Amino acid sequence: MPLIVVEDLVKTFRVAERRPGAWGALAGVVRRRHRTVTALDGVSFSIEEGELVGYIGPNGAGKSTTVKILSGILVPDSGRVEVMGRTPWQHRVATVRRLGVVFGQRTQLWWDLPVVESFELLRDIYRVPAADYRRNRDELVDRLDLAALLDTPVRQLSLGQRMRCDLAAALLHGPTILYLDEPTIGLDAANKLAVRDFLRAINRERGVTIILTTHDMDDIEALSNRLLVIDRGRLFLDGTVGDLRARVTSERRLIVDLERQDDAVVDPDAELVRRDGGRVWLRFDPACVPAAELIARVTARHAVRDLYVENPPIEEIVARLYGETGA
Amino acid sequence: MRPYRAMLSARFRLLLQYRAAAIAGFGTQLFWGLIRVMIFTAFYRSTTAPVPMSLEETVTYVWLGQALLLLMPWNWDGEIAQAIRTGNVAYELVRPADLYWLWFARGVAMRTAPALLRAVPMFVMAVAFLGMGLPPTWGAAAAFAVSIAATVLLSAAITTLLVISLFWTISGDGIVRLVAGAVMLFSGLIVPLPLFPDWAQPVLNALPFRGIGDVPFRLYMGHIPAAEAPRLVAQQLAWTAAIVLVGRFALDRARRRLVVQGG
Repeated sequence: MPLIVVEDLVKTFRVAERRPGAWGALAGVVRRRHRTVTALDGVSFSIEEGELVGYIGPNGAGKSTTVKILSGILVPDSGRVEVMGRTPWQHRVATVRRLGVVFGQRTQLWWDLPVVESFELLRDIYRVPAADYRRNRDELVDRLDLAALLDTPVRQLSLGQRMRCDLAAALLHGPTILYLDEPTIGLDAANKLAVRDFLRAINRERGVTIILTTHDMDDIEALSNRLLVIDRGRLFLDGTVGDLRARVTSERRLIVDLERQDDAVVDPDAELVRRDGGRVWLRFDPACVPAAELIARVTARHAVRDLYVENPPIEEIVARLYGETGA
Repeated sequence: MRPYRAMLSARFRLLLQYRAAAIAGFGTQLFWGLIRVMIFTAFYRSTTAPVPMSLEETVTYVWLGQALLLLMPWNWDGEIAQAIRTGNVAYELVRPADLYWLWFARGVAMRTAPALLRAVPMFVMAVAFLGMGLPPTWGAAAAFAVSIAATVLLSAAITTLLVISLFWTISGDGIVRLVAGAVMLFSGLIVPLPLFPDWAQPVLNALPFRGIGDVPFRLYMGHIPAAEAPRLVAQQLAWTAAIVLVGRFALDRARRRLVVQGG
């Protein structure tokens, strides 16, 4: 039986609308106008124990809403959810006991307490037996290289240090499932790598089931073999990263910084996407023209200061996926 | 109990560290106490009417109020307020504990630790130099101790309810000011309750705020006999229970209509 089952999940929010101008503000005092926003519009999927799933989509697609429903924070309008055999919002305490959560833009550590005291407080809140706590803590401190940070108050930590401590905090009680909401947001390259290595390790060695939301395509390529792509509250793809690329586009971007501002770049195999002074964005399909060949042609014809190739941003891929399905 | 005890003790230890605030607070409360004692002294000198409480008792009442000022539910827990405003409250909800009691435990720590830091030096100083009396009997002292413990619970319950109200108002300074005003006036912190007119007494007795100032203060000086203590403490606890229930109900409602903004 799958660890997590989601069927036909629907969640709407009522948002108060403010009318413009002074009269609008006054009218708002007397009578509020509400607008209904559909965050999730019939999402279904299931996840087996030990999977590492990337949950992606543009801002406002419903990713965080799903995570919050799965952890029992929000109550959906309709649909069925079972996490470890329980409905999370009906059995919140029993569910969250075996859950670890990291929201990348927030911290669950107590701002004024040294890290180790936050850990001890969490130990007591989760009622972790002393021996288990010691074993988990020592292992996490070792893997995340936290020994030097334990006595520092949380407010004095850098973002990267704090994220590593937050990861440890979410795993002290040995949860079965770990939800990560943008865990690498704002981190430098070294910390991103450290976080990814760590997640891969605990997934493989401890068998922790991980659900990861992110905007970072590199996170996804490095970590998940399975992707759930969501946009405007609907699930559009459930498959591998390869599936996503194949289904949407194999396109790459070539970004060129030209020496001369007025140089026009024309190539039969590449399309000009955008231009900003001497910087030019070209779109090409590596199946039609290998990147090396295109670069050779461009550098032969133009005075190039710098150039690089990148994947289209995840938002664009998802937006295109959305266009493709024609909803 | 373990999560709540741990939260209480962590917060308590943390709050005991704010010594500079305690020293500043001690100075301010000393100053205000002196002014209030002078005002009451002037009133007592100029009146010919029979007084419901002697000047010595009033002075003791004032200093008790100054010493225990931070026991009053006149503000809320800034960290919880911020968590609600920023959506960090999401983390509080993924913990396997009852959110109300976690916040209540924080409330108890918040009401006791800073109050203790200021109360001890203020008490010593006021008794030694400023005309504050001691409890006349052991019975009065015991009645005070029990009643002040109930005050802590009542005050923490009101503090928790205040912070829960933030789920509705986001920036709820208005409510806090309103409640703080009511607390100061109806607990006897501005004017001792026995000095209020007779027609006001039934109202004052019916309100919960009496239990966070007037009741323990008057038990302390024997102005209310210790024999009355069980009834009054029961009243304090009944109000505590009622406010806890309202708070839990409100938090439950808030959770159901919760929108965790952003992220």
